Amino acid sequence: MSPTPALYNPTVLDHFLNPRNVGDVQEADGIGEAAQSNGGDTLRMSLKIKEGKIAEARFRAFGCAAAIASSSIATELIEGMTLEQARRFSNRQVVEALGGLPAAKIQCSLLASQALRAALDDYNKKQPARPRPGEPIR
Amino acid sequence: MRAVYLDHQSATPVLPEVMEAMRPFFAEAYGNPSSLHRHGLLARDALARARSQIAAFINAESPEEILFTADSTEAANLAIKGAAEANRRNGNHIILSQIEHPSLIASTEMLETRGFTTTRVKVDAQGAIDLQDIAGAITEKTILLAVHHTNHEIGTIEPVREIGALARARGVLFYVDADASAGWLPLDARDWNASLLSFSPQRFYGPKGVGVLYQNRRAALAAILHGGDQERGLRPGVENVPAIVGAGAAAEIAGREIAQRSAHCARLQKRLWEGLRARIPHLKLNGPEPGPRRHPATLNISSEFIEGEGQLLLCDMQGIAVASGSSCVSKSRQSSHVLAAIGVDPALARGNIIMSLGRDNTEGEVDYVIETFPKIVAKLRALSPTWEEHEKGLIASVIRPA
Repeated sequence: MSPTPALYNPTVLDHFLNPRNVGDVQEADGIGEAAQSNGGDTLRMSLKIKEGKIAEARFRAFGCAAAIASSSIATELIEGMTLEQARRFSNRQVVEALGGLPAAKIQCSLLASQALRAALDDYNKKQPARPRPGEPIR
Repeated sequence: MRAVYLDHQSATPVLPEVMEAMRPFFAEAYGNPSSLHRHGLLARDALARARSQIAAFINAESPEEILFTADSTEAANLAIKGAAEANRRNGNHIILSQIEHPSLIASTEMLETRGFTTTRVKVDAQGAIDLQDIAGAITEKTILLAVHHTNHEIGTIEPVREIGALARARGVLFYVDADASAGWLPLDARDWNASLLSFSPQRFYGPKGVGVLYQNRRAALAAILHGGDQERGLRPGVENVPAIVGAGAAAEIAGREIAQRSAHCARLQKRLWEGLRARIPHLKLNGPEPGPRRHPATLNISSEFIEGEGQLLLCDMQGIAVASGSSCVSKSRQSSHVLAAIGVDPALARGNIIMSLGRDNTEGEVDYVIETFPKIVAKLRALSPTWEEHEKGLIASVIRPA
């Protein structure tokens, strides 16, 4: 018989079996949640932000292997990113870093970028309002 | 690594005796049963023998009442669409339960686009159909009642004998989908007053690629495929002779072994459920408790706060083959309509795992699963945000004590 075929590639399996950065950041600067409407998949992401960059990211996920692996690799990818870069972070980067996902599982990777955006929004809300340099005077 | 196969409701290994019976019909007795020379007659003889074996297996009156199709999905399509078409002048209303197999539900949905109407009777929290609901749904337009013997996901055994008596009294055709129970529980077409009854041998140690449809001689059926005289014109196309021979052999062996098989599986089923329940907090059994109301070989469990696919994958890595009806695992991405109908919370439905035992499973294998599965659940719960909230006392379990 031919070798046993696998549902996912080795990178996805590695991140599912040994997820990185599981948990919650202590005294997080931003916490975001994303959930799928189908009554299940939920992702929570918490961030520590220092000097305009993501210093630490942690996650907890209720979801399939693709959702868990996507969350795990996303936390690795975003650490060290500027807030600007993090805002533009998309699930395409997640899928690419994982070396691809089965077509039906692409949407399971969406939660990672959605939870990140929610965490960044939460961070922004917590920041005291201050005038940005170069803003016109009213 | 240990290999424990607990997915017998998806497929079973073909028994050596069954394979032996099939073998000559590939390269030696390869004739077309429609041919009039000796090769054809030999194949035709083999079909007749298989028909007799199946007729005995389900207590049909005559082998002439047995039709062979490509699989049980095709048999269900033929039963529902064929009965609807052939009995159209008597009415256009079909009754089935909410938790039937998709092959029945989708067939009636197709018929709804052609002028038929359908009533889907509800089931209780264990998946049982109430006879009164069926009686109340019958109108003068009703031509067909379609109900499964046992549910394919949650193992509920339905009161087919009582439903059959009702169908007879009200002059309505009665179709029993016996796909999940054939080979595990005795089938009795005559006692149940079945007009139609279907199953496939691949779930009980026979080959894939063949389905069986029993058609009572008084039940009118119209073909849904056209272009040949095979199977009295009701299933045109050259017969899959080796698979049909295998179906007959598997049915004969199952008929002999059924009491022993189900007693063995029922013992393991009880051991497995009690072992898992004792070791995993917030575990829900979907469908009836092991016992007379449940399929003797299947367990359907939901581990709260986690999803099904991860459990399935981690099981596979420990050599344990299980199934999940959870949306992300199945190709359709839809949650199980069966679990929704019995009122299982959507998140719990996502954590659903189906374990189906077989005649070759052992106590040692079951104990290995009892030891391994709780670790898998714990590993995934450690990742889960809802588990963490539950542990902190922020959210409550949705599992109600039975």
